[in-house]
Amino acid sequence: MSEVHAETVRFVRDTMLPEQEPPLTEKGVVKWLRENLFSGWANTALTLVTIYVVYTALSAVLPWIFGGVWNAGNLSECRSILEAFGKTSHEGACWAVIQERWNQFLFGFYPQDLYWRPILTFLLLFVALAPILFSEFVPRQMIWFTAIFPFVAVWLIWGGSFWLPIFALAGFAIAGGLYSVLSDRLGGAGAGLVALIGAVLWWGWMAPTASDTLHRMIATPQVASAKVELPVEIERLGAAIAEIDGQRAELREQISALLAEKEEIQERLVAGRAEGADLDADLAAFAEVRDRIAALRDADSALSRERAILSDQQTAANLLNNRVGNIERLEAELPTLRETATRLRASLPPTVASLQVAQNLPPSIPEEDVDALEAALSAENTLVNTEIAVRETYTSLGLVGLRPVGSTQLGGFLLAITVGVSGIVLSLPLGILLALGRQSDMFIINKFSIVFIEVIRGVPLIVWLFTASLLLNYFLPPGTNFDIMLRVIIMVTLFSAAYIAEVVRGGLAALPRGQYEAADALGLDYAKAMRLIILPQALKISIPGIVNTFIGLFKDTTLVVFVGLFDPLKQMADSIRADANWTGIYWELFVFPGLIFFILCYSMGRYSMYLERKLQREHR
Amino acid sequence: MTTTTDPQSSPPSEGFRLSQLIYDTRYRSLTIQVIASMLIALGLAWLINNTIQNLEALGKSFSFGFLSSPSGYDINQRLVEYDSQATHARAALVGILNTLLVAFLGCVLATILGVIVGVLRLSHNWLVSRVMAVYVEGFRNVPLLLWILLIFAIMTESMPRVRDFRPDGEASMSLFGLVAVTNQGTFIPRMGWSSGSIFIVLTLLVSIGAVVYMRRWARRKQEATGEQTPLLPYALGILIVPTVLSFFAVNAFTTRSEQNLIVVNAETATTLEAYAEEQGRMTLCYLPDTARSVTLMKHLRETGVAFRYNEYLARERALREMSRDRCSILAVPAADAQATIDRLTAMNGSNSYTLLDETLMEGNAIEPFVPKVTESGIPNFEGGTIVRNQLIALWLALSLYTSAFIAEIVRAGILSVSKGQTEAAFALGIRPGRTMRLVILPQALRVIIPPLISQYLNLTKNSSLALAVGYMDVRSTLGGITVNQTGRELEGILLLGLFYLVVSLGISTVMNIYNNAVKLKER
Repeated sequence: MSEVHAETVRFVRDTMLPEQEPPLTEKGVVKWLRENLFSGWANTALTLVTIYVVYTALSAVLPWIFGGVWNAGNLSECRSILEAFGKTSHEGACWAVIQERWNQFLFGFYPQDLYWRPILTFLLLFVALAPILFSEFVPRQMIWFTAIFPFVAVWLIWGGSFWLPIFALAGFAIAGGLYSVLSDRLGGAGAGLVALIGAVLWWGWMAPTASDTLHRMIATPQVASAKVELPVEIERLGAAIAEIDGQRAELREQISALLAEKEEIQERLVAGRAEGADLDADLAAFAEVRDRIAALRDADSALSRERAILSDQQTAANLLNNRVGNIERLEAELPTLRETATRLRASLPPTVASLQVAQNLPPSIPEEDVDALEAALSAENTLVNTEIAVRETYTSLGLVGLRPVGSTQLGGFLLAITVGVSGIVLSLPLGILLALGRQSDMFIINKFSIVFIEVIRGVPLIVWLFTASLLLNYFLPPGTNFDIMLRVIIMVTLFSAAYIAEVVRGGLAALPRGQYEAADALGLDYAKAMRLIILPQALKISIPGIVNTFIGLFKDTTLVVFVGLFDPLKQMADSIRADANWTGIYWELFVFPGLIFFILCYSMGRYSMYLERKLQREHR
Repeated sequence: MTTTTDPQSSPPSEGFRLSQLIYDTRYRSLTIQVIASMLIALGLAWLINNTIQNLEALGKSFSFGFLSSPSGYDINQRLVEYDSQATHARAALVGILNTLLVAFLGCVLATILGVIVGVLRLSHNWLVSRVMAVYVEGFRNVPLLLWILLIFAIMTESMPRVRDFRPDGEASMSLFGLVAVTNQGTFIPRMGWSSGSIFIVLTLLVSIGAVVYMRRWARRKQEATGEQTPLLPYALGILIVPTVLSFFAVNAFTTRSEQNLIVVNAETATTLEAYAEEQGRMTLCYLPDTARSVTLMKHLRETGVAFRYNEYLARERALREMSRDRCSILAVPAADAQATIDRLTAMNGSNSYTLLDETLMEGNAIEPFVPKVTESGIPNFEGGTIVRNQLIALWLALSLYTSAFIAEIVRAGILSVSKGQTEAAFALGIRPGRTMRLVILPQALRVIIPPLISQYLNLTKNSSLALAVGYMDVRSTLGGITVNQTGRELEGILLLGLFYLVVSLGISTVMNIYNNAVKLKER
């Protein structure tokens, strides 16, 4: 065949053809467009429809976002400024509300002079996260900072005397010490139990006593001087506040004068625009007036911040003053009260001797017994209240450290991030334990883990949050009442731990059986096998799921609004709309927090992808 | 050494020592379990003891008796009869049905959107896949609460008011004049049913059964002979033709159920006109099951009667109002007219009730009633039915949010089927449509279904966010108003949790059965 062919060939080219440019449709932008957007009639139609949809959406949203007003005192002013620029009130956003409420969005009602504390905590958070997130770029010793960070963070945000985080840490040190001393004699499990008991004893009884004693020691010498100094301080603060009020009144007058001027220009602008006159001069004057108003408003809000700080201090000083004034009397009364309470309780008739409440008693108990019980209860109550009052006085007078801030003052993104980060940090170890429990061969442990996980996962978080806010008081000993934020953190932690347990279980199940067998063959005990062989691999497989759970947890922090905490979304928007200046504002209050949530959650998702790539050991 | 690790060998000569409980692996797990169960029992006992003490201190008892007492609150969105005199249990049932309603609607829409977005995200069209990526990331990374509030705000703030739908207003009805989207809710057409309509439904069900049977027959035939039967045209024929025929037949031979009018204290009147003259202005009351409101009102208007009207969703309520003279005229189905009169006489013997010999017999067996705005008086739509904004906002937000997750599941499922499967199918000469249906989808579904079901569960649980917009789901009725009114937090939240738990566990059981059915049968 080839021979026949060779004979028929008349011409053989012996040089290469010069290279030619590819056809226009096969290179560059055109090729890309043809392949990716217009490869057939269906694809072309899809592209055109998409372009139309995207264009419609963007042409409605972008001018609204970028044509917004950043300087205005209230919504109607915002709208009139838009009008002066020839827009309707729906053609521009009113970002001024975000600017005005910026601090509230970030910190809620956190005291304004203490903003440095959450900010510092937030910065330290990144330092603490660095050894975990980017372990190859930072020195290994940094992990020690990560370990003490939670204690520092809690102290920075909630305040208190400086020894509180140290005492909390000391509990772990005691547990560790006990374990290392006793593990040789009692074995792992026994030593662990003793260490746990030791730590609980320290946290529950020794540490609070030591803290109270320290406060009392520091406070006692100060009582006399505080009695003299506090009234002077209160007076000084009152004077400073009055001065600021005067300055603000002056500023307000200036602002309202400027506002009148602005309104005048505005009317000219609107009228001029209707007639088609030249507006340049008026527009320049308008901008100038607006700048001056903005400057005055900044000064005013700076003063208002200062006033809020001073008035906080005044309230605190007043409270302390009252307490210090009463402290000696209360302390003198204490022994009598104690004696009365014991006597009344001891002399109670046997029918009611052990009762703690005087309501809903059976009718068989005679009237005078009930009266005696009520007297005893009220004496006990007075005693407890007096003891608390004395202790609180010493605590606030003997404070060496940061001013305490209550949980109700936390709000906005500070709240969301605090709840979110605490939930994440606490739920991961708990989730791993639950997953191991569910994989365990031990019947009781296994069934308990299954029931716990399924019950938690089967019920929505909102119901758990309601349980925390309404029912926890039922489950705890009578008289306990602890912080709503702590309850929320506990519930969020349990909730996401159950989800993480399922994710980690998936990772454990995906691990080849050979890994377990190899660990056993090496003679490793259960703890070592898990810590060194199984969990590192299983957790690596579970990373996407774990991070997804974390993202979900962080988004769910907005649900705290339903138990009365100040979330950055609903409660924030409601409180802004309740302000007469901003009634009727909607979209800006969705866009801004939505954007922040998007940035945080999206970057978490991206980080998990990075981590997956970094930890990938197979298929290189 | 072997004595501690190998249970088969002879026991140690010293016999059992106490330290073996910790050091011997045979006994250690027992020790741990005993300690653990003791701790768990202690913990539970502590919790229960606390609860009993606290309940005593608050003077409460643990009982579910509150469920049978009257609820005393109204629910504007309900699928079954309910009014404020009904029991708390009834209110909980209304809430449960509302939760299931929004969950069902949400699952359907989320699946449709999710599949479309997931498939489009795999499109070779660069622009489309990017837009879909933005859709997924946008909805996934922002809290659901924000979407619910945002859509609710859009519905209530930027939709036209009902009055704008009047002829001189600026708003107009969408979807060929069938639907009116207002700031109160969306008014949609409602179907009128007669007793004959069930025949049409039965025909449709039988047709579906026939199609299923035909599919099986065709498959058996193909397996036996290799011959393929074109199914689609036959199936469509079987589905459509008998149903349409029965529709016409039912419309030709039956009319929509008759309605009788009962009047109260008619002294002389025996006809509607005479009664109207005697009363002056009348109040017409009707029940939802007789509420062919358009026909009824048209009839009354044609008679030239001046009237106001009240629709009662609960039968008992309407009867009570009638017996208290709050209604001058009551519309009931013809079938139980006499029974109703007996009930009314029993409730209030001092009134006399007359059955007017006036029946309304117009209309077809199945007839849609399109909402139509009233042109005078308080602006409202009559004839159709309203879907409230709370439901719409919750439904759309849940669907959009969940669809982003479903899209990712669908994408992962399709990507999990290796390209070799498509190529092998093509090599066998199977056409693309069949390749997708017979080769790719069955394998992809195995990956898709389990996470899909768990998304459905998430959607159902997330529907408890209804609270944010005031949709009356089970959390708002049983876990909200009922708990607040009766002070039964413990019992109410327990029941609420139990409901969600039963739904979750029920669905996961079904899912596990399915999973086992479609699991790859290996070795």
